[in-house]
Amino acid sequence: MAATQTPTSQPTKSTRDGFGEALLEIGRANPNVVALTADTFTLSRIDMFAKEHPERTFDVGIAEQNLLGIAAGLASTGLEPYVTSYAPFLTARSLEQLRNDICYTGFNVKVCAVCGGIAISVGGSTHHAIDDLAFLRAIPNITVLVPADAVESYKLTKAMAQHPGPTYLRMGGRAPEPLLGIGDYPVEIGKASQLREGKDLTIIACGSLVLPSLRAAEALAGEGIEARVLSMHTIKPLDRDAIVKAAKETKRIVTAEEHNVHGGLGGAVAEVLAETVPVPMRMLGIKDVFATIGGLQELYDLYHLNTQGVLETVKAVLEA
Amino acid sequence: MSESREELLARLLDRATAVRAGVMVALNAAGSGHVGGSMSIADVLTVLYFHTMRYDPKNPRWPDRDRLVLSKGHANAALTPVLAEAGFYDKELVKTFNKLNSPFGMHPDMRKIPGCDMSTGALGHGLAVGVGMALGARLQNKGFRTYVIMGDGELNEGSIWESAMAAARFGLDNLVGIVDRNRFCLGSATEDTMPIEPLADKWRAFGWAVREIDGNDLAQVVDTFDAAPFVEGKPTLILAHTVKGKGFSRAEDRCDWHYQTVNEEVLEAALAELQAPGQRS
Repeated sequence: MAATQTPTSQPTKSTRDGFGEALLEIGRANPNVVALTADTFTLSRIDMFAKEHPERTFDVGIAEQNLLGIAAGLASTGLEPYVTSYAPFLTARSLEQLRNDICYTGFNVKVCAVCGGIAISVGGSTHHAIDDLAFLRAIPNITVLVPADAVESYKLTKAMAQHPGPTYLRMGGRAPEPLLGIGDYPVEIGKASQLREGKDLTIIACGSLVLPSLRAAEALAGEGIEARVLSMHTIKPLDRDAIVKAAKETKRIVTAEEHNVHGGLGGAVAEVLAETVPVPMRMLGIKDVFATIGGLQELYDLYHLNTQGVLETVKAVLEA
Repeated sequence: MSESREELLARLLDRATAVRAGVMVALNAAGSGHVGGSMSIADVLTVLYFHTMRYDPKNPRWPDRDRLVLSKGHANAALTPVLAEAGFYDKELVKTFNKLNSPFGMHPDMRKIPGCDMSTGALGHGLAVGVGMALGARLQNKGFRTYVIMGDGELNEGSIWESAMAAARFGLDNLVGIVDRNRFCLGSATEDTMPIEPLADKWRAFGWAVREIDGNDLAQVVDTFDAAPFVEGKPTLILAHTVKGKGFSRAEDRCDWHYQTVNEEVLEAALAELQAPGQRS
């Protein structure tokens, strides 16, 4: 169990930085690591790796389909490619390459996406990825990871290096994200990280919604409601045991994610509950609309992807 | 004893004829399939597997083997008998084509077919994978070559040209692209559907060293593969002019034989033609 106190104002660090630092260490230890990008050299933070290993770094230009195909070919020769670009273009644009050339073949390609969710808030819906988890959940053979902060991003990157096979890592954008700041806790692929114990309900969150969930849990504690909080950083394979346990022990479930409410974490949890312990649940996410333009925090507030939104969702499930 | 050129070409003709017979056997087992594009590419595949490429059928994943990506995966009815002839599996297995749980279907699956280096089917994917293989060879100081067979209609896919740029950018002279220029896609002639000419000029403009050959002339195919890479530091493109349906007169140069029924009557007619001496030059 981690500490339960979350400070109100967090130091920040990009999930991209956690990834870049881990990749540098992985690349130093493993000469088979290759980094690829589609013109997102610095944005994706492979520049740290590239500086030490220019001969193992390739920029294919703005050509994401080609990027994923080349990665598949490299992996087929025994190399371990880490592919970086924007989340919407690594998934929606080149989904067929990801499905056929990487997942169908089972090649050991790490697809490391920056600007997941609505990170490029002013970019509009062409640059949002609020459907990537839904796409990937429907494809066999791929592991899908969504770190909550730079620490989880670092740990998951290190973990996926030891985890052969197609993997998708969904990170945030340019703006450094707040760190959870709750001390060290285990981050293991395929296992939910329980960040807070509780008996009255469970909030299952991923990515940018984990911190608001922790804050909501603190606020609820003041009202005598004990909320368990799980960081469900592995969307696939999903930790069914943790979900079933939470449903049995806390009787109510809330999910929270920076994704369409269709097909993401909420859908995945609902599928498990429907077949096992069908307790009341509510989902927080973007409600099947193309998100509008604005600052990131403005959009988080507009779509209730914040502490208040989690509290509203908790209230709804408690009244269910 | 080294083989004389005459002996080589006679041996390859035997193999190519066996491969064409295998195409018809596979598609007869399936009931129907991609006759035209499988027959057009039979000579190129034959030369690759029985003259040019290095591989070990007892060790299909040998790391130093040459690679083949059949980007026009719908010609798997040709690759299937080729790999059987090459000794990767029993020729009798060709008769399971498209059957329940067969390793062999309309498009190749590398996880099921020994000797198959890449799963393909959706068009426009193979060249990128070939670029990755060739780059992987260079990074690991391995001498293997990568061959990518593309259909001509497939060149309508924009992703091909992304990869064409990359191969030249990375100077991959260990990569050989082959275009099976049989002039037809599924619905009509390529030039009526979405014109791709001037094709040789396009590849040259993208930085490739290009040669045009008769892709159904075994001697020309042999000499061209022997000459690759044509230019040091440049990827190689062989523009192989072929006849769709080559080897079965009923199917030759006919768009409607892109995909056709292969019943017993068709199979017998095709096998009779293929077994008739001197039917091919």
